[in-house]
Amino acid sequence: MTVSHLATQLPRFLTWYNAAFLVQAAALTLALSALGSIVGIVCGGGIAVLRRTTGWPLAPLRAVGILYVELFRRIPFLVTLLLVFYATQLGGYQMPLFAIGAVAVSLISTAYLAEIVRAGLASVHANQWHSAAVANFSLWQTLRLVVVPQAWPVILPPAFGFFVMFLKDTALASQIGVVELTYAGKTLNNRGFAPLLTFGAVLILYFAMSYPLTLLGRRLEARFARPRHR
Amino acid sequence: MPDLGIADLTAAYGGKRVLDRVSLHVGTGDVVGIIGPSGSGKSTLLRVLVGLLAPESGSVVLDGAPVDYRSKAQVRALRDRLAIVFQQYNLFQNMTALENVMIAPVRIKRRPRGEVRAQAIDLLGRVGLSERMHAYPDQLSGGQQQRVAIARALALQPEILLLDEVTSALDPELVGDVLAVIRGLAADGMTMLIVSHEMSFIRDVASRVVMMADGRIIEEGKPADFFRAPRTERAQAFVGRIRWHRD
Repeated sequence: MTVSHLATQLPRFLTWYNAAFLVQAAALTLALSALGSIVGIVCGGGIAVLRRTTGWPLAPLRAVGILYVELFRRIPFLVTLLLVFYATQLGGYQMPLFAIGAVAVSLISTAYLAEIVRAGLASVHANQWHSAAVANFSLWQTLRLVVVPQAWPVILPPAFGFFVMFLKDTALASQIGVVELTYAGKTLNNRGFAPLLTFGAVLILYFAMSYPLTLLGRRLEARFARPRHR
Repeated sequence: MPDLGIADLTAAYGGKRVLDRVSLHVGTGDVVGIIGPSGSGKSTLLRVLVGLLAPESGSVVLDGAPVDYRSKAQVRALRDRLAIVFQQYNLFQNMTALENVMIAPVRIKRRPRGEVRAQAIDLLGRVGLSERMHAYPDQLSGGQQQRVAIARALALQPEILLLDEVTSALDPELVGDVLAVIRGLAADGMTMLIVSHEMSFIRDVASRVVMMADGRIIEEGKPADFFRAPRTERAQAFVGRIRWHRD
């Protein structure tokens, strides 16, 4: 394959149809990542808070939370994906592929974000919890007004690092047939377009999605991390 | 009008008994100075009183009603009436001095913001920090932070104020300002339990001195009597080692 070959293919590649196909796949990648990230923040945050509780009535739940986090952070994403895929088939019920992908990414992101949030909460000194407790703050008020605002600088950088990594990792969902961005590139390649063109386009779209995410992360970091004076 | 009765209070921490059958009575307007060597249980007593450490046995009775520390509602009700100032100030790092003072009255006690703000500004003025009320804790000196912490505790309008070695973490030149604030509170009739190593301060301000050692109260008396002629051997040795200085 030569450069001239690519050049002759380019006009045929740059059609509305192909563009729409790729953008749609990119949207699916974004949707999968966004869904995973939102579920991850909510459920992972929940687990992180659960792990801060001390009373014995919640002890079994805490144990389950710890087991879950430690387990799912140690399984490759592909394995989780395939497990969810085959587990849903077990019941004889055909779940949409996107739903299977969404469940798998949510399982993974919950585990990772639980750990990121846990580290953030742990970075806030115990005396802040004590001060809130003696002034009758509820757990929720302590988190919202005192602890989480101080934990942001520790949570945000790894969280956004994770989001960007995660956006790329959803490519694995193609393994079960979800037409996300990487799969779309492969499909166009199979239709006869040069891999450099198709995957070049895929690269640009991944960058177009992840770079703004990085910028957003930096903005949030700058906003929430008040300059320290000592 | 608070009347706090502590009877046979016992507590353990990490398998070690840190309070051993402590009994004490604090009436309205009392300023009780709690002294003793490090690790004698002074700070632990305050921590148990505000419910940060659960007692093993014994009782705490406030105005005739025993406090059940296993009941969240009762601990909440107790904390509505008791405020504590910590050795390390423990100001909320994400809030300015003024916000630190206002947050609990506004968000927890649901008092009108305007009224709380006026009170908070007044309190910060009383502790000499009118100029610094918009500063964050890490922009303040230790002594300034501790005075904000006192203002924050007072904003809760407590009936009893617990002060846990509030000058121990401060540079010597900053101690005087904090002690002056506490002297003012004592003069206003505030009921206080003061754990402190500032012996001359305790002698001047306290209406009663309690000496603790090994988790127990070993002697109690009026400051003038206690410091002049302690009765027990432990107290005699302790008082004998005090180097008095003018503050």
